[in-house]
Amino acid sequence: MNKHISPRLNRRAFVIGTAAVGAGLAIGLDLPFGGPAVVRAADGSPEIGAWVVVRPDDTVVIRIARSEMGQGSLTGLAQLVAEELECDWTKVTTEYPTPGQSVARKRVWGDFSTGGSRGIRSSQDYVRKGGATARVMLIQAAADAWKVPASECRAQNSVITHTPSGRTTTYGKVAEAAAKLTPPADVKLKDPKDWKLIGKGVNRLDTVDKTTGAMIYGVDVKLPGMLNAAIKDCPVFGGKLKSFDEAKIANMKGVKKVVRVGDTAVAVVADTWWHAKTALEALPIVWDEGDNAKVSSESIAKWLAEGLDNAQPAYVGNKNGDAKAAIAGAAKKVEAVYSYPYQNHATMEPMNATALYTADRCEVWCGTQNGEAAFAAVLEASGLPAEKCDVHKVMLGGGFGRRGQTDYVRQAVMIAKQMPGTPIKLLWSREEDMAHGRYHPITQCKMTGAFDANNNLIALHYRLSGQSILFSLRPEALQNGMDPAAFQGVAQSGEAAFGYSVPNLLVEHAMRNPHVPPGFWRGVNVNHNAIYMECFMDELAHAAGQDPLEFRRKLMGNHPKHLAVLNAVAEKIGWTTPAPQGVYRGIAQVMGYGSYVAGAAEISVTEGSKIKVHRIVASTDPGYVVNPAQVERQVAGSFVYGLSALFYGGCTVKGGKIEETNFDTYNSMRINEMPKVEAVMVPSGGFWGGVGEPTIGVAAPAVLNAYFAATGKRIRHVPLRDQNITFA
Amino acid sequence: MANLTINGKPFTLDVEPDTPLLWAIRENAGLTGTKYGCGIAQCGACTVHLDGVAMRSCGISVSEAEGKQITTIEGLASGNTLHKVQEAWIAQDVPQCGYCQSGMIMAVAALLNEKPKPTDADIDEAITNICRCGTFQQVREAIHTIASA
Ligand code: FES
Ligand code: FES
Repeated sequence: MNKHISPRLNRRAFVIGTAAVGAGLAIGLDLPFGGPAVVRAADGSPEIGAWVVVRPDDTVVIRIARSEMGQGSLTGLAQLVAEELECDWTKVTTEYPTPGQSVARKRVWGDFSTGGSRGIRSSQDYVRKGGATARVMLIQAAADAWKVPASECRAQNSVITHTPSGRTTTYGKVAEAAAKLTPPADVKLKDPKDWKLIGKGVNRLDTVDKTTGAMIYGVDVKLPGMLNAAIKDCPVFGGKLKSFDEAKIANMKGVKKVVRVGDTAVAVVADTWWHAKTALEALPIVWDEGDNAKVSSESIAKWLAEGLDNAQPAYVGNKNGDAKAAIAGAAKKVEAVYSYPYQNHATMEPMNATALYTADRCEVWCGTQNGEAAFAAVLEASGLPAEKCDVHKVMLGGGFGRRGQTDYVRQAVMIAKQMPGTPIKLLWSREEDMAHGRYHPITQCKMTGAFDANNNLIALHYRLSGQSILFSLRPEALQNGMDPAAFQGVAQSGEAAFGYSVPNLLVEHAMRNPHVPPGFWRGVNVNHNAIYMECFMDELAHAAGQDPLEFRRKLMGNHPKHLAVLNAVAEKIGWTTPAPQGVYRGIAQVMGYGSYVAGAAEISVTEGSKIKVHRIVASTDPGYVVNPAQVERQVAGSFVYGLSALFYGGCTVKGGKIEETNFDTYNSMRINEMPKVEAVMVPSGGFWGGVGEPTIGVAAPAVLNAYFAATGKRIRHVPLRDQNITFA
Repeated sequence: MANLTINGKPFTLDVEPDTPLLWAIRENAGLTGTKYGCGIAQCGACTVHLDGVAMRSCGISVSEAEGKQITTIEGLASGNTLHKVQEAWIAQDVPQCGYCQSGMIMAVAALLNEKPKPTDADIDEAITNICRCGTFQQVREAIHTIASA
């Protein structure tokens, strides 16, 4: 069945030839004396350790556990393996092991989760070791054949050379013998200065099929006899499905079945999705909306505003000195309240999954950012044990955090379970996707800064009120009720540390969780924390009568890496030289996902409300840059995502449901609105940071600070859509 | 029933006349390169050519498309030779997730047919597709590369 899926990725399900595992069909019985059993890919090629398969024609298949959703880490991870493997990059291809195979092999491929900009940084060590292990085994096999010490042999470009004699062989020729060797217990990784492939902006491995229409996304999966499902979940979160009148649509063309999906949703199954969707729209449905139907954006805003009151309880996330006392006795105070709305991920490809359920097997084909979580959802929804289930990952038409959730996978299985033996492809309409997101959390923030008589910032009180993602999605990660992730970007230390030293600092979070479900939305809590902090930094600089860059610099003496990226953008945009006539600049920096980033924008404003962004400069220090071309794209893409949210994003709540229904009411930037992003890489080495998300944090504040420079007006609320500010 | 000509081939499809062309292409003709993004002619993911003109296929019914030459992303190449836009997209590594790119490529191919050397302003006006990954910079650069070849 896999041949229906993707021509390049995941095309070869591989079977495992060890009796201990017992899954799949053994191809060849390789039980050599004294060595481990050989594990073979479906085409019979041997595995050289779990990460690498070498075919006789020297093609190297690299296994990728994390998901590719556009961020490029499929290519980056392959580069990491290939660097140590010393293989011919032009003959590298990739495949996804399935979560079921991984579980059956004691999670040999580690974590599948692809979020938190973790794809590269959390797996770099073990995937490089996977490559190095295979290289050592291949060299050993050649040395054994030549009866020479392995230390006299070296490998390059998939060719092994015995240096003293000049004899050569290739990986493909020794792969069979190498597969029978016991892997070395430990391998030494290269010194970063010796990298040849890491750090190179090689082209992605998955581009061709994305230009010909051949790439298979979840929405494109076809299985023999497959039917299509359209679904409606109760539009009020927490509400229930009361009843539906299926007789009204029973005779509509193509309709096969109308099914209840759990307590909250109804789906129509038809021959085509168009028929399913048309019938679903005609289906009379009665919802039990429950109490949440009373909730609106206004009621949420009011509740969050109450949390800004210091008398209300709050968790302290970062603190030094006594900010409240210092503020009370200060010569000058500045205070401002900001807010950030719900945002839908709006991946280009709406949520979908295809499920095939029989009494003793359940398989799902879908785009997911977390194969193992999807697998767990299949087990739970099907009620079948792990060895009878699997998930086949296909290309994601965008993820941005949304596809780390498994609601759509569970739904597909619940529908398929009611039609055993028939593959069911469940596709959400865009409207369903907008109504049932896992939204960027909603927050407000009151900041108070205090100065001494010499305009030195002596205190800062950062009081956040609003939603916690972990409370809803990973309550086990709360610490005595506190959500530590709420402080991303303003934390004392760690991978999202605050970049300023203020003698008296208090950062706190009054947690208030409205009923609208939050999720990890690309950039997550860094987004609003960076907007609040970086815009307020500008307000403080203005109050102190100082240049926004100089004001920041003075507070960053103890944060050299934060400062270095800030300096890099300042230099590149020419901060100290005047901007062109009518053009104004803004600047911002933040740390997130282990990386340091800064951004600067040049804009002009006409009629006080029409913004043209002329220029964007963005710097990144992720420690090491694996593929600069892909990092550049992530940085530019982060600006598009972050500025789309700033100008057009924002999901409002009325009657307990989300009001925006499609791209007409939830717009996204177009090419005419987006200037070139000049990306500056300043990798300082010695650590591994992520790149998919941190830059989003600086996109909005760089533009908002430039808007203040241009107009003298502060914008403290997102989106600009609601304040009649648009692109020029 | 609808008689359509897609990528030069005749298709007789069992669809109602008001079925959006997008779904007839994807589900009835089985050509899934053309993507669904919004269904309301906002995003451009479903862009195909009708007699050489870029159109959002979710907003056209099959009855309107009958008698016209429909070209989808699968029909853009001539035999084994990729279209110059596809070539440029590969050379410049334009796609990220790639989901919007079928529509983006079709929109760009139509623009270049009409204006072989488009200015930035021409690009801004003609290319209004949404790309949530934010590939605009690579799209623009690739168009200019083709135009200057
Ligand atoms: S799907 Fe047709 S324009 Fe969006
Ligand atoms: S490449 Fe992902 S939406 Fe455009």
